[in-house]
Amino acid sequence: MSAEIKDPSRSSYYVDGDFYRTLIERFDDWQDDARIVNDHIERDMFRGLLEREARLLDQHRYESWLKMFTPECVYWAPGRPGGGDPRTEIAVIFDDRRRLEDRIFRLCTGYAWSQAPRSRTVRLVTNVEVFSTEEANRRMVRANFIINEFWDNETRLLTGWCGYNLQNTVEGWLIQAKQINLIDCDQCIRNPSIIL
Amino acid sequence: MSGFETREAQTPGHTTTSYDWDFLVQDDRVHRSIYADPEIFAAEMTHIFGKTWVYIAHESEIANPNDFVTRKLGLRPVIVVRDSDGRLRVLYNRCTHRGTTLCRQERGSARNFQCPYHGWNFGNNGKLRGVPWPDGYTQDIRDERFNLAQVPRVQSYRGFIFATLNMDAPDLLHWLGPITRPIDEWLDRNPGGKIVVCEANRFKYKGNWKLAYDNSSDGYHVIYSHRSLIETENRMTDEPNKGMAYYKNSPDSLAMYVQYMGNGHHFKDKRPNLQPRPGGLWALESLHPGMEYYESEFRSRYGERADSLLDLAGSEPVNINIFPNLSLLGNHIQVFEPVSVNETNAVWYGTRIEDVNGDIGDALEGINALRMRTQEGFPNFGEVDDLANFEQIQRGLDCLEDEWIYMNRGYGLPDRIKHNADGTISGPATDEVFMREYIKEWKRLMSGPAHLTIQREP
Ligand code: FES
Ligand SMILES: [Fe+2]
Repeated sequence: MSAEIKDPSRSSYYVDGDFYRTLIERFDDWQDDARIVNDHIERDMFRGLLEREARLLDQHRYESWLKMFTPECVYWAPGRPGGGDPRTEIAVIFDDRRRLEDRIFRLCTGYAWSQAPRSRTVRLVTNVEVFSTEEANRRMVRANFIINEFWDNETRLLTGWCGYNLQNTVEGWLIQAKQINLIDCDQCIRNPSIIL
Repeated sequence: MSGFETREAQTPGHTTTSYDWDFLVQDDRVHRSIYADPEIFAAEMTHIFGKTWVYIAHESEIANPNDFVTRKLGLRPVIVVRDSDGRLRVLYNRCTHRGTTLCRQERGSARNFQCPYHGWNFGNNGKLRGVPWPDGYTQDIRDERFNLAQVPRVQSYRGFIFATLNMDAPDLLHWLGPITRPIDEWLDRNPGGKIVVCEANRFKYKGNWKLAYDNSSDGYHVIYSHRSLIETENRMTDEPNKGMAYYKNSPDSLAMYVQYMGNGHHFKDKRPNLQPRPGGLWALESLHPGMEYYESEFRSRYGERADSLLDLAGSEPVNINIFPNLSLLGNHIQVFEPVSVNETNAVWYGTRIEDVNGDIGDALEGINALRMRTQEGFPNFGEVDDLANFEQIQRGLDCLEDEWIYMNRGYGLPDRIKHNADGTISGPATDEVFMREYIKEWKRLMSGPAHLTIQREP
């Protein structure tokens, strides 16, 4: 198979059985006190990374935001607290690289009525905790969030926490998986159309 | 009849006879108030969500004895339970003592429900089993009138559970009528004719519930309301051919059609747009996570069979709309839940398959994983835009003096509508004939009396 065909922006070969299994494993029971990284420089570096991510989204700078992810990434909002199994359960969102680019493409068509006019957001990212893994170049990070979203003459809050799987690469630390855990993920949500 | 209590439903201060229904619902247009008047909404909770069969849950959600889910019948909180004897019941989720809801969980398994307020304890058949300090009552408290109220008629059609408070409603099968054919076809393409509900994409919008039901067979909105979706699905090709791209150009000249099925039900059949071969459905699928991997895997492993396996993950291009609150589309079971005159929940339950006949084997995990991803596509990239449009209709309805909503597309054009031998009516894909017909059924139900009955175990 040629490298071009395997470009994850154009085709989806990496979302296979192993991909799901690894994802579920990594996001199961990872918030282990014994693995907390106490080094404040490292913690501050990840805090800075998440703050930058929040700013890019607030500023609709989607191209730059996408560059924060590894090519073979996943952007996942489970449909029930605890995560569930995305192989057998519908998620609120389960995007691979290409679908994440679809999501952004759609918002930029000018015909996404749910975002016309588009929402204004201000995101607060707090309670950042960094966890080490068995691999030296991989970290799991947890952060709470509040997204203040102004849309249709109303400001509302989207609240939850995110789990990130980050990979240290030649381009620095990149997000391989972002799991967004809305506190009301299993409830009816009005106009869930912004990037979380 | 022992155990049954019937009363004529009235909304506070109004009977539905105080409305001029023929003025509000005309041949080709309806009055804004049917979407905006809170009194009409209140009447719908008895005359529609009470008097006719209402979809309430799927049997796979309560597969085993004692399993339950909590739902609403209109606005009534209910517990849909398979009781200890395996019988399906829809219990009012309301303690007979002082009225609090008994069960606050969304799902679970329970032999009995104990009230959190004063501890009255009910079996999952609705019978009061005991109360704390029964010697504080003059007579034995285990009297029939303290058993939970329940919906007297609960029937299921191939796993879809419906309930009505109307003892005079026709039998469920009879009421479904010709729409059972597309339901059967929708189920039978899955192994063993069986599907299992597996979580949902859940939405709410600030609009009347009928805006969603009006939309459910609407072929006219697709190319506009879903323009961002169709452009996205086809962004990698110069010749749009994925998803609903077939609506481009002249949809009314294609073989797909819309059909009014009687009793408020309607059906949009887009299957004639498919290439009639195994894999024809899959060929229409836009790009989903994992699709190239699983497709190449299935092709190398299963050869010829791969196409029909992949079709199991594809979205069946139909909209099977069962009045007033159920819509089967793609692989989804969509349910409309009225909340108030201008608030509605729209829940898109996903479905997965099981290897009922043992011939899917190792492919099952991949088919279901793909099927989850195909199902997440439309709610994420399509439904959100419809919901935004529904909300803006509701806002437009605030223009009090501009009174009419038109359902007149195709109305009066010769040779456009076909009256079929089975009483159904068909028309081209973008025709609004289904709206004009279903709203007549709505009018019939709203303008007549509603004798609603609850039952208690003797
Ligand atoms: S309200 Fe239920 S026991 Fe009193
Ligand atoms: Fe639509």
